[in-house]
Amino acid sequence: MIFMKILWAFLSVGLLGALFGVGLFIASRFFAVKKDERIQRVEEALPGLNCGACGFAGCESYAEAIVTGEDTALDLCKPGGPDTAAELGRIMGREVEMSGEKLVAQVHCRGGKETSEYDFEYEGIEDCNAAALLYGGAKRCPYGCLGLGSCIKVCPVNAIDYDEDGLVWVDRELCISCGKCIDVCPTGVMKWIPYDADTIVACNSTDKGGVVRKYCKVGCIGCGKCTRSSPDGGFVVENFLAHIDYSKGGERDSAVEACPTKCIIKIVENTMTGESAQPLEAVAAQDSHESD
Amino acid sequence: MSYVGIIITFVFIENFILTKFLGLCPFIGVSKNTESAVGMGFAVTFVMSLASLTTWAIQKLILVPLGLEFLQTITFILVIATLVQLVEMIIQKISAPLYKALGIYLPLITTNCAVLGIALIAVRSNYNAFESFVAGFSAGLGFLLAILLMSTIREKLENEWVPKPFRGVPIAFITGGLMALAFMAFDKALLRNLIG
Repeated sequence: MIFMKILWAFLSVGLLGALFGVGLFIASRFFAVKKDERIQRVEEALPGLNCGACGFAGCESYAEAIVTGEDTALDLCKPGGPDTAAELGRIMGREVEMSGEKLVAQVHCRGGKETSEYDFEYEGIEDCNAAALLYGGAKRCPYGCLGLGSCIKVCPVNAIDYDEDGLVWVDRELCISCGKCIDVCPTGVMKWIPYDADTIVACNSTDKGGVVRKYCKVGCIGCGKCTRSSPDGGFVVENFLAHIDYSKGGERDSAVEACPTKCIIKIVENTMTGESAQPLEAVAAQDSHESD
Repeated sequence: MSYVGIIITFVFIENFILTKFLGLCPFIGVSKNTESAVGMGFAVTFVMSLASLTTWAIQKLILVPLGLEFLQTITFILVIATLVQLVEMIIQKISAPLYKALGIYLPLITTNCAVLGIALIAVRSNYNAFESFVAGFSAGLGFLLAILLMSTIREKLENEWVPKPFRGVPIAFITGGLMALAFMAFDKALLRNLIG
């Protein structure tokens, strides 16, 4: 009797399962969705980082938008750059217009514990946006880098890290131009520069010179010496802060020399020279440490 | 019990989400915008009605005659999983955006305890075939009602000033709790007053 019961249990569940299985098989034939095979190929051509720099949710949705929507631009993938755009153009059989030069993000602030004034000691969550909620951060300068590394955490390719001086710095070789760090930064100190920029004005403060001097030793005071010593360098002083117009290709070294607060720094071999230069051995050591 | 009684019972008095607290995962997960919430509601309604009908047939025609009532859970889950797969295929065919919006929550209907819940409750209440179907359908409507209310409230909340720690899911939990309190007002006495 008990064996019969086991048999019936086995048979009924087994048969039901088989029945449903066959039913689903038939239904899957009936409701099959034809997918454009180009979507697959476009997706393979994309880097697959899902960084969202193109404005779509990820590589998959960008691939779908390219194939289904005729007017989706092919050069939106910043990490892939021109190579990927050309590959996409080949798959889709469309002409691709290359848009401009490669941009990378960089921190425009070199104010650390020694050089900048702090109003208080921040001991909250290690997040710049959380710190910025509390009186705009511990630093007296409201424009500078808060140094809690929100950009380091958000970077999908680990291109951002603290350098030898404990200040945040972007490795331009690793940067894929996704712009996530720029979005997350509460003070806006993270800004775009051309990949081949040789000099940056490492300050974001638009306060008057006298005010800046009170809270930061390496801040831009808007004196305008750079515009005079490197007239072809594209230096512009606006709101007491110097900018560089990178379309002007003149020499900028004399401006680096002339800058009284040394906030104009030269970028050489992915690091910087000037007051807070890293010794080259230290960079090499850091690199080998990172590749571990 | 009359059909009207069954409908009122499962839509209001024993609303699966707000009084029985079953199937809360999609209730929080898919209630961010009204469109996908309604899609989810209809998908669950479809699965619930068919599941309670099919499980009634299996219970009465296979399990009881063979004395295999102990296999209830496994066979019912089998039915529900199959139905969910079917719904998934249909939705993918009919509306790709809805399929995208529902995402992971669609296959999760399989393990949605509300679906198994209505199947078991319908069997235990000794409903006939049509009553089971109506019970499943109205339980699904109750789910649809709850998730629709929730999603419209949450869409409104998007534009409201909410204290930072409460933004997103926390305020949704509080909203859900208050809605559940409100639904406690529907009780058996109300049903008696309505249909005697």
